[in-house]
Amino acid sequence: MKATLRVRRFDPDSDTPEAHFQEYDLDVEDSATVLDGLIKVREEVDGTLTLRCSCRSAICGSCAMRINGQAGLACNTKISDAVPRGGGPITIEPAGNMQIIKDLVVDFQPFWDKVRAVEPWLQPEGPEPETEYVAPNDAMLHEAGVMACIMCGACVSDCTVLAVDSNFLGPAALAKAYRLVVDPRDDAEASRLARLDEYGGVWDCTRCMECVEVCPKGVAPMDRIMALRDKAMERGHTGTYGARHADAFADSIKHSGWLDELKLPIKTFGLFNIPKILGLVPVGIRAQLAGKRPPIFHKSIPGVQGIRRIFDRMESRR
Amino acid sequence: MINHDVLIIGAGLAGMRAALAAGDNGADVAVVTKVHPVRSHSNAAQGGINAALTDRGDDWRDHAYDTIKGSDYLGDQDAIEIMCREAGSEVISMEHMGVIFSRDEEGRLGTRAFGGQRQARTFFVADFTGQALLHVLHEQVLKAGVRVYEEWFVLSLIVEEGQCAGAVVMEMRTGGVHVMRAKAVIMASGGLGRVFEPSTNALICTGDGMALSYRAGAPLMDQEMVQYHPTTLKGSGVLITEGARGEGAHLLNSKGERFMERYAPNMMELASRDVVSRSEQTEIDEGRGIDGCVLLDCRHLGEQVIREKLSQIQDIARDFAGVDITREPIPIRPGMHYQMGGIKTDVNGSTAVPGLYAAGECACVSVHGGNRLGANSLLDTLVFGRRSGQHASDLAKSKPHAPITDAAAEDDLERIRALLENDGEYMFGRLRLDLGRAMDRRLSVFRNQQGMEQALTEVRDVRERYRNVRVADKGKTFNTNLMFTLELGFMIDCAETIVLSALERRESRGAHTRTDMPDRDDDNWLKHVLVKSTPDGPRIEHLPVVITEWEPQARVY
Ligand SMILES: Cc1cc2nc3c(=O)[nH]c(=O)nc-3n(C[C@H](O)[C@H](O)[C@H](O)COP(=O)(O)OP(=O)(O)OC[C@H]3O[C@@H](n4cnc5c(N)ncnc54)[C@H](O)[C@@H]3O)c2cc1C
Ligand code: SF4
Ligand code: SF4
Ligand code: FES
Repeated sequence: MKATLRVRRFDPDSDTPEAHFQEYDLDVEDSATVLDGLIKVREEVDGTLTLRCSCRSAICGSCAMRINGQAGLACNTKISDAVPRGGGPITIEPAGNMQIIKDLVVDFQPFWDKVRAVEPWLQPEGPEPETEYVAPNDAMLHEAGVMACIMCGACVSDCTVLAVDSNFLGPAALAKAYRLVVDPRDDAEASRLARLDEYGGVWDCTRCMECVEVCPKGVAPMDRIMALRDKAMERGHTGTYGARHADAFADSIKHSGWLDELKLPIKTFGLFNIPKILGLVPVGIRAQLAGKRPPIFHKSIPGVQGIRRIFDRMESRR
Repeated sequence: MINHDVLIIGAGLAGMRAALAAGDNGADVAVVTKVHPVRSHSNAAQGGINAALTDRGDDWRDHAYDTIKGSDYLGDQDAIEIMCREAGSEVISMEHMGVIFSRDEEGRLGTRAFGGQRQARTFFVADFTGQALLHVLHEQVLKAGVRVYEEWFVLSLIVEEGQCAGAVVMEMRTGGVHVMRAKAVIMASGGLGRVFEPSTNALICTGDGMALSYRAGAPLMDQEMVQYHPTTLKGSGVLITEGARGEGAHLLNSKGERFMERYAPNMMELASRDVVSRSEQTEIDEGRGIDGCVLLDCRHLGEQVIREKLSQIQDIARDFAGVDITREPIPIRPGMHYQMGGIKTDVNGSTAVPGLYAAGECACVSVHGGNRLGANSLLDTLVFGRRSGQHASDLAKSKPHAPITDAAAEDDLERIRALLENDGEYMFGRLRLDLGRAMDRRLSVFRNQQGMEQALTEVRDVRERYRNVRVADKGKTFNTNLMFTLELGFMIDCAETIVLSALERRESRGAHTRTDMPDRDDDNWLKHVLVKSTPDGPRIEHLPVVITEWEPQARVY
């Protein structure tokens, strides 16, 4: 079949390093994936096209990118499925919420730092048993659903909170934290939940479901985050600024489709918690530098009806 | 210049296991890897890892015997004994680190059956065992605080006065070239699958470490032993795990017959891989295939078994072949999968070059001989990764750094400059394809003299044209175009050693099946073939096979 890939290019070494789109017309087999197409480009047409990929079978997690505006793996997206209805090119952009290094290659360092931050290793107490730990297979099967995460970052790319608040640990790191919290062999549940209760942790998710939708491995990060919240509540981690932060966050987006960052810290910490609010100043400055200055007059964005519908739908589901 | 006691090249299972062992032994360890650790190819292993656990009524001797028979008696029995004896504790320690492993009703580790073995002794995590092990080892590397240089690409090894003294490495993010000095270097760079086209291997499996070590003077052994896996997906060549047959899937020909009845009446679909691949190829060659394939049938396993134990296969078949395995059989064929050969090491990972160790798929201890059993490779990476980590760190304690400087990078800098300036006529992709197709055509399941000679000509022709290769990307930042071109150079070296070794072995054994010399010849060929790089070109050497207590016998399944 014939298809056109419209790829967002960026080369920091060029004399005029500006992002732009470049189109490649390809003739590929009907079963070809978007990754097959991109590899064909880089091997036969344009050797400068740069992307990460390795396994070609959705297991190494290298090839997450935005395909027609939504994050996914290039290697398990068929070209025939990605051609927009009515024809036209398939638009391919680097994963979102991460800095672009070159073409489709983004900087994963913050992603890995957050994974590191949840102390993602088993922390058992007491002496190791002689042979294996005895653990129910059901618990292991349940955990396998999260272990299936390939750290591709598709969820992080499209997470609506990370788009505005880079402090959020994000869906992938939190899913990883969940696996350790539920592991019957791990004895650090209390300290793990206490940490996840803090700013940037489980309460910052707005339950937008993007991560569930884009995850190629069925990990359902949002569901894991909700389960962590339940566990945190069970341990009495309620009424913290974390919980309020989430509600404020959701309110704001539901109300106007925007995240009202100016109002958010106030709602979260209470109007008189001046030191805490001041503590957030660097976030504001960083947002400003990134061109993400919160709009002072909080207006609704055009699609707000749709966003409200999503919220209603979700609330009716719970 | 960057200094570490022990430098490990590769962050797959072998590399990370080695890093933990060397760190535990008190060494300052660093790992360099051309992709982030969890992107390493070890994550592709679906089926599982073998271990004979005594408390399950299994015996490491049985495992050793199955491995030796599987190897067609080319495996070194002292090394196999070590691997099988240490398997149990290795699997248990992975469980302690956090690998979840599938369990039985009592909550203890469960097993599944795998090919070429009389006992079900394969431990597994659904059908993503490799990924589960790899991610957990990475967690442990994070916990231990091992320094990992991610997306750094090794260009060459530094040999100073006959000893390995470090490596020259390119940082992909910046294009900067660094000298990394070390008292001991462990090569754990994985396989060379991409030398063949198609292959089940990931795109990063380009044999770098084998070629790097070969160029540094370490001989490669058993290179002719290339495993073709019986069940690779039609078209893309993606692997369908042996676990599917372990769970009871059948192989059918175009007449719907379970043809393995004729070739291996006892073990059927679970005979050794070389045996099953040859049987399939014979069916296809004799006209009982379908479009160059035979069929793998999972339908009778039922939806629940498929969902719980073979979910990844279900996804792969759906995504890459449009097949719903609960309703239709999967078209499959034998495809290049694993390199039994590699850098010759002893049981502690030492190579012929002092200071250079090797472990994992790039190494050849040799525990796989002429044919690797399914689920023995992960075990090989862990056992010999650990051992090489321990021994390399012992060595590092006993000696000072070699007196090298940043000047050690000069040859590589010059090579890169020349490549970038060369306005040649060939893109690496074209050359890689020609190389891979030639290898797949002439060195697959069945081989013969004429075909292999032809392959040698073709490989050397690619080498000639490689002089005229063009790197389109002239930039510094993340120049993968340059990296792929350098990888192709490694692949050409690997291909040549494979063909030369295959031409040398004038018999049929394990994966090396010659239609013109169909019999195994223990009188003359119960020995390893080695290739060593010399100033006058490649030189062939031989080494006897180590036999402890299992005398060679006819191989029937
Ligand atoms: C599809 C598939 C399924 C498999 N299933 C099984 C199974 O079920 N059971 C089993 O036992 N075995 C299985 N195997 C085989 C097994 O997975 C591999 O042999 C094993 O994982 C290899 O591990 P490794 O640590 O040696 O190398 P890898 O995991 O391949 O790691 C190599 C490392 O080296 C690094 N590297 C390479 N070159 C360079 C360079 N130039 N510079 C810097 N770094 C470099 C890479 O970045 C990577 O980190 C399977 C293989 C495949 C292809
Ligand atoms: S549900 Fe939560 S974690 Fe998932 S994308 Fe939305 S905000 Fe991010
Ligand atoms: S949760 Fe899913 S989308 Fe997110 S990193 Fe893991 S596999 Fe990728
Ligand atoms: S290439 Fe490995 S996940 Fe797509």
